[in-house]
Amino acid sequence: MQMDLRTVSIQPLRQTFSNIARRFGDKPASRYQEGTYDFQSTVNFHYRPTWDPDHEIFDTARTAIVMADWYAFKDPRQFYYGAYTLARAKQQEAAEANLGFVENHNLVATLDADLRQRATDLLLPLRHVAWGGNLNGASVCAYGYGTAFTQPFIFQAMDHLAIAQYLTRVGLLLGDESLLDQAKASWMNDDAWQGLRRYVEDTFVVKDPFELFIAQDVALDGLLYPLVFDAIVNDVFASQGGTAISLATQFMTEWFKETRRWADATIKTAASESAENKALIEKWAGHWRDRAAAALRPVAQIAVGDQADTLIAEQVEQFNARLAKAGAQV
Amino acid sequence: MDMKTSSGKKLGLKEKYRHMTRGLDWETSYQKREDVHPLVEYEGIKIHDWDKWEDPFRLTMDAYWKYQSEKERKLYAIIEAYAQNNGHLNVTDARYLNAIKLFLTGISPLEYMAHRGFAMAGRAFPGAGPRVACLMQSLDELRHAQTQIHSLSNYNKYYNGFHDPAHMLQRVWYLSVPRSFFDDAVTAGPFEFMVAIGFSFEYVLTNLLFVPFVSGAAYNGDMGTMTFGFSAQSDEARHMTLGLEIIKFILEQDPDNIPIVQRWIDKWTWRGYRVLTLVGMMMDYMLPKRIMSWKEAWEVYFEQNGGALFKDLARYGIRPPKWLDQISFDKDHISHQAWATFYQYGAIADFHTWSPTEDELDWLSAKYPNSFDKYYRPRLKFWREQAEQGNRFYNKTLPQLCQTCQIPMVFTEPGDPTKICYREVDYQGEKFHFCSDGCKEIFENEPEKYKQSWLPAHQIYQGNCFPEGTDPTAEGFDPVSKVLEYYNIGFGQDNLDFEGSQDQKNFAKWRGMATSNE
Ligand SMILES: [Fe+2]
Ligand SMILES: [Fe+2]
Repeated sequence: MQMDLRTVSIQPLRQTFSNIARRFGDKPASRYQEGTYDFQSTVNFHYRPTWDPDHEIFDTARTAIVMADWYAFKDPRQFYYGAYTLARAKQQEAAEANLGFVENHNLVATLDADLRQRATDLLLPLRHVAWGGNLNGASVCAYGYGTAFTQPFIFQAMDHLAIAQYLTRVGLLLGDESLLDQAKASWMNDDAWQGLRRYVEDTFVVKDPFELFIAQDVALDGLLYPLVFDAIVNDVFASQGGTAISLATQFMTEWFKETRRWADATIKTAASESAENKALIEKWAGHWRDRAAAALRPVAQIAVGDQADTLIAEQVEQFNARLAKAGAQV
Repeated sequence: MDMKTSSGKKLGLKEKYRHMTRGLDWETSYQKREDVHPLVEYEGIKIHDWDKWEDPFRLTMDAYWKYQSEKERKLYAIIEAYAQNNGHLNVTDARYLNAIKLFLTGISPLEYMAHRGFAMAGRAFPGAGPRVACLMQSLDELRHAQTQIHSLSNYNKYYNGFHDPAHMLQRVWYLSVPRSFFDDAVTAGPFEFMVAIGFSFEYVLTNLLFVPFVSGAAYNGDMGTMTFGFSAQSDEARHMTLGLEIIKFILEQDPDNIPIVQRWIDKWTWRGYRVLTLVGMMMDYMLPKRIMSWKEAWEVYFEQNGGALFKDLARYGIRPPKWLDQISFDKDHISHQAWATFYQYGAIADFHTWSPTEDELDWLSAKYPNSFDKYYRPRLKFWREQAEQGNRFYNKTLPQLCQTCQIPMVFTEPGDPTKICYREVDYQGEKFHFCSDGCKEIFENEPEKYKQSWLPAHQIYQGNCFPEGTDPTAEGFDPVSKVLEYYNIGFGQDNLDFEGSQDQKNFAKWRGMATSNE
């Protein structure tokens, strides 16, 4: 039934939901706020998990980080599903255009054989690293506490999957399917990759969701993405005639720039909550940074030979400065 | 996305998808598989070959973003236009809004729970196929939760009862029914979760949830709900395929899995059916313009469609769920029994109830020739007469609840609608009460789980449902008002009869403004 209604202005009884009003007062709220705050249950759970009877379904005790309010976290991108999906759809279009451009103009043929080989050896095993990031994103989303904290991790999980899929397509631009199998064999067996594979597998058994966030999204992604996609692909490779590769991996560069804003905000909120949190974050970040830096050295060597040490030292320095700005001294 | 290799060879869909998912996975060697995926064994399900999993929908992330963003763009444009044009004044009658309150408090927070549950399941499975499918569904479920809250945000601005859904879900007596259902599923292992939610709920019962609400919205002029409903339905196709695939996969992997899965199907069909009581009541009593009766919906969507499904599953050694005879008998009764309950407890609910009009009573008589005139019409008429004389009946004694489904013990004996059905079990020196053989058996299979149930009526009597700092020994202590405060149900706004409510008055006033020239 559709009636003809005159446009009338009627006075609303309230501006937003009660839980939002309790936090911010009764005023118009954003979609991020209404879609995020207090969605996850916190009290009166019916049963303990049969898979973890020591905890409630959602339990602050799964992490050593202590927050008075887990909704102190705020995603500076204000990503709820709709905002996230629209943002990624746009980036996806750009990535598609870039990959299409490289393919249609057969730009891979302009790479010299040595560069093409180094790019292949460096980038393709990273598919598996991203696949690991997918699993870890799922972990934090599943077992973390409070929607403001957990919501970005389902986005991280799916983004990592997308990156693994984009790298697969880069691989198929660089050669045929056998390259993917070779890269997997390197990932499984080559000495250069074993440090990184061990790192990734070790993160799979980290139970504390916040530590896992530090190990995966802060330390590993925080060193790997600027090292591989900025310092190596965008600088070194591009200077050697490899702009095609840089074009084909632009998604990753943009993605890291965007997601680190969220990661920094998350660290900052937790670290500024208490000295204990700050100390924990510093301990974890220091530990995983050192491991990640060591694991990435032989990987960088594949691409840039003995420049690797310098590049990694620079990355570590930038990483430390970045964390210092977020309130953690490492 | 068109994908070729550099040599120009076109990859087939299957091959392409393999590289995009399965090819990414590897057998860990620095950490043992049982440490990386510790939850796959303990339910007793045996999986020999994860590669036998057929990916139900081969969707890469770039395609996912593309499709979904198109849907989001359309949906939010409609949400905005609906809000701007006061679309809520188009609904048939303000009573209709109470059906949507039931949805927002009873369903939307469960969509959120599904989001977290599928993240858990995706994390738990070692196979790449199920992992990707579960995580994509986890993301979709977040979408459902958020598009629902965003769509209904506008209703909340103008009407009562919408204002605190997540808070109420964790406290209000009847909302422990849907909530405990989902708490039950996520506290089970990953395989049971998938059978519970992916198969039993999303595949077998989903039409009984969504069709009534979405068609109900369409019939009653609620474009807002209709739009998010249809938009969510388009994800449902993927979810249903996942639900069916998981069942077939588990059953094909090992014959020892059959009895475990059968017990889960029995349990979750019954649990789901009990939750759907709320939907049945909504269909028969809360839609000013009815779509079909609960009984008809059950016959079409379960007895016919479900019947075909279970015929299909027979070749795996699966039989139809238990207690279907009882359900079939009960379809003449449960919606009426539920409405009578909410009518009586209308003082402590977050939505309004009312006496059906004479026309509506006639509709119910026609739809329920075997039961309505004989058992239910006289009571409703009596209540209406009482209300008209100023004696609107509110029950002030808390009901006994079923330990498993948590519904008040209002259902009747299979075969005798004049006698309340009671079952009980002694366990560890305590007596536990049940509404049915189904709920009793579910308890007996897992007493350690169900003895934990947070039963709202018990919790009130134990003093756990008052605002912090309440002193029940203080002079003039009024338990009902304190419970409502704990629930955040505003007395005289969110609760009581629709007749005389703010919703009723405001809607009449606003619609009058919008349809007249004054
Ligand atoms: Fe859903
Ligand atoms: Fe029950």
